[in-house]
Amino acid sequence: MADKILAKDKLGEFLGKLKKDRQVFGPQNVEGKAQWAPLEADETLLWEFANTHLSPKDFFFPQTECMMRFVNQASDEQGMIMQAEPELPQPRALVNIRPCDAKAMQVLDLIFVQDQMTNDFYWRDKREKTLLVGLACNDPCPTCFCTSMNCGPHSTTGLDALMVDLGDKLLLTTLTDKAQALAEGLPDASKADLAKAAELKKAAEKSIASNVGMDKVNARELMELYELPMWNRVHESCLNCGTCTYCCPTCHCFDIQDEVQGTIGRRVRNWDNCMSWLFTVHGTGHNPRGTKKDRVRQRFMHKFKYIPMKRGGEIGCVGCGRCVLLCPVNIDVRRLVNDMNA
Amino acid sequence: MSTTQEIAAQIREAAKRLLSEGKVDCVIGFAQGTVPMRDYPYFAYTPEEAENLTWSRFCCNNLSNFLIRRPKGEKDKVAIVAQGCVSRNIVGLIKENQITRDQVYILGVASPGMVDRNKVQALFPLKTITEVIEDGDDLIVKGMGFEERVPTKTVLRQNCYTCVMRNPVIKDEMIGEESALTHGGNIDKVAAPWEKLGPEERWAAFQEEFKDCIRCYACRDACPLCYCHVCFVDEARPQWCGKTQEEADVATFHILRAFHCAGRCTDCGACESACPVGIKMRKLTSKIEKDIRELYGYTPGMDLKSTPPLSVYKPNDPQEFIK
Repeated sequence: MADKILAKDKLGEFLGKLKKDRQVFGPQNVEGKAQWAPLEADETLLWEFANTHLSPKDFFFPQTECMMRFVNQASDEQGMIMQAEPELPQPRALVNIRPCDAKAMQVLDLIFVQDQMTNDFYWRDKREKTLLVGLACNDPCPTCFCTSMNCGPHSTTGLDALMVDLGDKLLLTTLTDKAQALAEGLPDASKADLAKAAELKKAAEKSIASNVGMDKVNARELMELYELPMWNRVHESCLNCGTCTYCCPTCHCFDIQDEVQGTIGRRVRNWDNCMSWLFTVHGTGHNPRGTKKDRVRQRFMHKFKYIPMKRGGEIGCVGCGRCVLLCPVNIDVRRLVNDMNA
Repeated sequence: MSTTQEIAAQIREAAKRLLSEGKVDCVIGFAQGTVPMRDYPYFAYTPEEAENLTWSRFCCNNLSNFLIRRPKGEKDKVAIVAQGCVSRNIVGLIKENQITRDQVYILGVASPGMVDRNKVQALFPLKTITEVIEDGDDLIVKGMGFEERVPTKTVLRQNCYTCVMRNPVIKDEMIGEESALTHGGNIDKVAAPWEKLGPEERWAAFQEEFKDCIRCYACRDACPLCYCHVCFVDEARPQWCGKTQEEADVATFHILRAFHCAGRCTDCGACESACPVGIKMRKLTSKIEKDIRELYGYTPGMDLKSTPPLSVYKPNDPQEFIK
């Protein structure tokens, strides 16, 4: 770990170093919104933005991903032949990823890569080959609540390096071996620089106005939460669309399909969501989550109770606020969790 | 004209009266959202809850959607706040035998024209808007580091601008006064750009418009026409439509859905308002709406008597397209 100073007029060199053997992506102004895109010209990289419109999870967990291809000819003595998909051909870097999104990737590591049996190659391959260079939030939005969700505007979890905009220069803190090379040749940060960064961090944390309580959610038994009367009302306006799930950096449910045409086919993994009745319907027609209430409850119980129970207190939410802004019927997760915690 | 705040107060009064007199068990209206420009569908069951009802230019959901999406088996009578388009969708639901007229008590209201939050955001690219307040004919837009006044008519939803029926077509009670029928826009101009394009250019324009789709189905789920028990995209045997993000699958969903709405769509704009990525799916439906109007002289949901042209068979149909 090293604290270095990156002068803003040296950014070109810095990005050049990153680009040397990696494909670099960064938030850019695409049609008026901050969106992830390949970084072609350094000057299009955004430094002043709230967060990207959608989360970066699809860099590691694409909405549609071919898992393998197969040929199945009855006449072939070898039977069905399965062919693996190529690995990610080139390392990548995501620059100016927000700390909440990096934290979300760390939470997803705990889901996709658990042990020998649950060790998702597709996720791991892309994670291992991607460097995350974060940009701390100095001006969090009114919808941000990261500080309530094991995270914060200057959080370093999940990042390889964190940059803090000190105004005339950047503080670059390297956090992993993967990022060591980035610090080479850069001057050390002075005590005053570190003090300024600490001050910005404190101010950013303080400016987060949304507080979400988790103490009672944690203390309550699962069934007590499951049977709270609030569930009878919160689902009323829900459309059961997938907006919250698909904009969420930590939602990770998927559906696997074999697409077959004659003797050839492929296995595809697509994002799916627990808001959809189809997600849980059985072949018999029985649906264990048959009502809208069941489905809405599932999403929030999963994030705020089941994941914390199973993953050592980690929460399936990082407080990025995307769903708060994008839900077509304003189901506000902050209000909802506070109701669970009431 | 009354302000939306005055209308909101009258809606609360009517709702409290209906609930306390036991005329209805629930009033479906809007409550103030927790983020700017997003008031949300609200279900008031008691006079106290009716205090939470509001009315504004940020009421972008089509409430008639909730007449069919309420849990099955409830026989209660509900009151619903309905402006022009919503009342037309209620007519449509009655005609399509999804609800009966006596199940709903319609609190009719003239539409003030709803605000397109994407248009407002586009005025302040990459900036965070923290509050938007209606002030006469303007909006006061406050954000992190700025405050500006924006004339509301410049940021109306396009479907509100081209609306032909702002007043409710059926109602049990009128809240406030009726308004002018239109906002002055010409709906034919929405479809016109498509009509000028050849097939290849049309396809390119279509691809461009729908390229950001994430298949969350918010457009479908916000739509009061989309009440199929199993939507064609969710059918598994056979699976009509693939699940991937590939063009053929995404296009199949949007094109088939648009056709399924032909002769039924009231151009309420709920689909566009629900879309998290700002797709203008009305570019498709407006052309279909125009065709139905020009070919059949029919505008959906205007009255309870006329027959929807695509739902009836006539022995003397000319069927010229076959020749």
